[in-house]
Amino acid sequence: MLRSLFPNVKMADLMEATKETIYMTGVSVLGTFIFGIALGLLLYLTAKDGLWANKILNFIVATVVNVFRAIPFIILILLLFPFTEFLIGTIRGPNAALPALIIGASPFYGRMVEIALKEVDKGVIEAAKGMGAKTSTIIFKVLLPESMPALISGITVTAIALISYTAMAGVIGAGGLGDLAYLKGFQRWDFDVVLVSTILIVLIVFLFQFLGDYVSNKLDKR
Amino acid sequence: MISIKSLQKVFQSSSGNVQAVDDVSLDIEKGEIFGVIGYSGAGKSTFIRLLNRLEDPTSGEIVIDDNDISKLRGKGLRKARQEIGMIYQHFNLLWSRTVKENIGFPLEIANVPKQEREQRVNELVDLVGLSGRENAYPSQLSGGQKQRVGIARALANKPKVLLCDEATSALDPETTDSILDLLTDINKKLGLTIILITHEMHVIRKISNRVAVMEEGRVVEQGDVLDVFRNPQQKVTKRFVEQVMGDRDQDDSLQEILTHYDSGHILKLHFVGEKTNQAVISEVAKQYDISINILQGKITQTQKGAYGTLVVHLTGEESVIQEAIQYISATSVKVEVNPDAS
Repeated sequence: MLRSLFPNVKMADLMEATKETIYMTGVSVLGTFIFGIALGLLLYLTAKDGLWANKILNFIVATVVNVFRAIPFIILILLLFPFTEFLIGTIRGPNAALPALIIGASPFYGRMVEIALKEVDKGVIEAAKGMGAKTSTIIFKVLLPESMPALISGITVTAIALISYTAMAGVIGAGGLGDLAYLKGFQRWDFDVVLVSTILIVLIVFLFQFLGDYVSNKLDKR
Repeated sequence: MISIKSLQKVFQSSSGNVQAVDDVSLDIEKGEIFGVIGYSGAGKSTFIRLLNRLEDPTSGEIVIDDNDISKLRGKGLRKARQEIGMIYQHFNLLWSRTVKENIGFPLEIANVPKQEREQRVNELVDLVGLSGRENAYPSQLSGGQKQRVGIARALANKPKVLLCDEATSALDPETTDSILDLLTDINKKLGLTIILITHEMHVIRKISNRVAVMEEGRVVEQGDVLDVFRNPQQKVTKRFVEQVMGDRDQDDSLQEILTHYDSGHILKLHFVGEKTNQAVISEVAKQYDISINILQGKITQTQKGAYGTLVVHLTGEESVIQEAIQYISATSVKVEVNPDAS
């Protein structure tokens, strides 16, 4: 029955593409989580009245974030080709998509991190200071744990954006379900392949959303 | 033990400078409960935050046990802060940590080994009466319980001094009393010096030994709580005393009382720091064949004993009444016979 509904879908290709999409999304989400938090912390700490209040540094970081957020993703990939080739050694395949995915998503997530950190109760930070805490202790034992549910919700939204970025990257040779839908589906006019790829991408999105909501709720003790 | 000299704090803003703390000098003894009272905007919050350098003083000196807090930086300041506990109006607990983990937090900051930390946390949970709730999260606790966690946390590193920043202002009257009892208890048990700021004279009355009154950044009056109650000098202090003792103008009604009684004697009894003669009325009634009618009175308890006045009407044989008056005058209760309404 499935055979007759989707005559052109090859199971092996589908499995391979799904694995690649999940791989690209997983690694880039992890990378974005780390770099985004670093950027968000930097934005938050260097802001006026922050623990490392520094007008110049804050301006530089904010400018970099805004510039990278403004570049459309498809152009960012092309722009980063030389950098990717230098870093990964190739511009094709799932690994080659990672630098662009992480660089494209981190500034976006960084702003979300900044917002999440701003929501942390000032009184709690002050209490930690009053106990004699170092800035690193305040970051790792107060700021990050207290904002964790918001950080997780933010990375969930970012992960879903990243899934659609992987599809875009797929079109120019990164592999994954986007690649499958475009090269094996659209270009050969086999729309059943496009349809199945779409369904799988939607399922992956739902999976990430469910996981994100679950973890965020579990962590929230407010 | 704590010596504060000409402390100044000026906040600079584009709309001009604000002198939040203006030339404050105070000496606070080891083991005492020192209250600072003032209306909002009087600078008392800034004052207490200067003591652990949550605000940096513009000038002046804060010396705690020969350690000049106002000059410390970096590691030295962090170390000094570990020896100063602080509790807050809004508790400032970490919602992501359980009661136990919140109390253990200052110990983590001080790098206390895990086993020792657990033991200390258990002691503290007992001390503040939270046994059975140690694994709850702050969101599952009532306001009073949250403040108990705050107190336990502030005591974790065995501080030399405890700062209370409006610690009971967010609590209902009954919970306020239980928290004040806990603070008095800790003060007695551990000999801990406590500095508290508040806008409620009730808090000062109930637990403080000495009090300073702040207005517009200055300390306008200070002294033993009883002296301040008995003889408030400044207008602002009088208003605070009235919070607890009622309006002094109510004494006008004494005039009315006096006109109602033409036989016998009216006595106005002054209780000042009374501890030993609290049964004076019943003693008189037992020993002398006179009747005593209480007309008006307001007595309140402070850390130094009872304070207040009582107006009574005595009737009976004149000579017996005179003897009774003699008897009362011999105690530390001061007697005014047939007082003027003024």
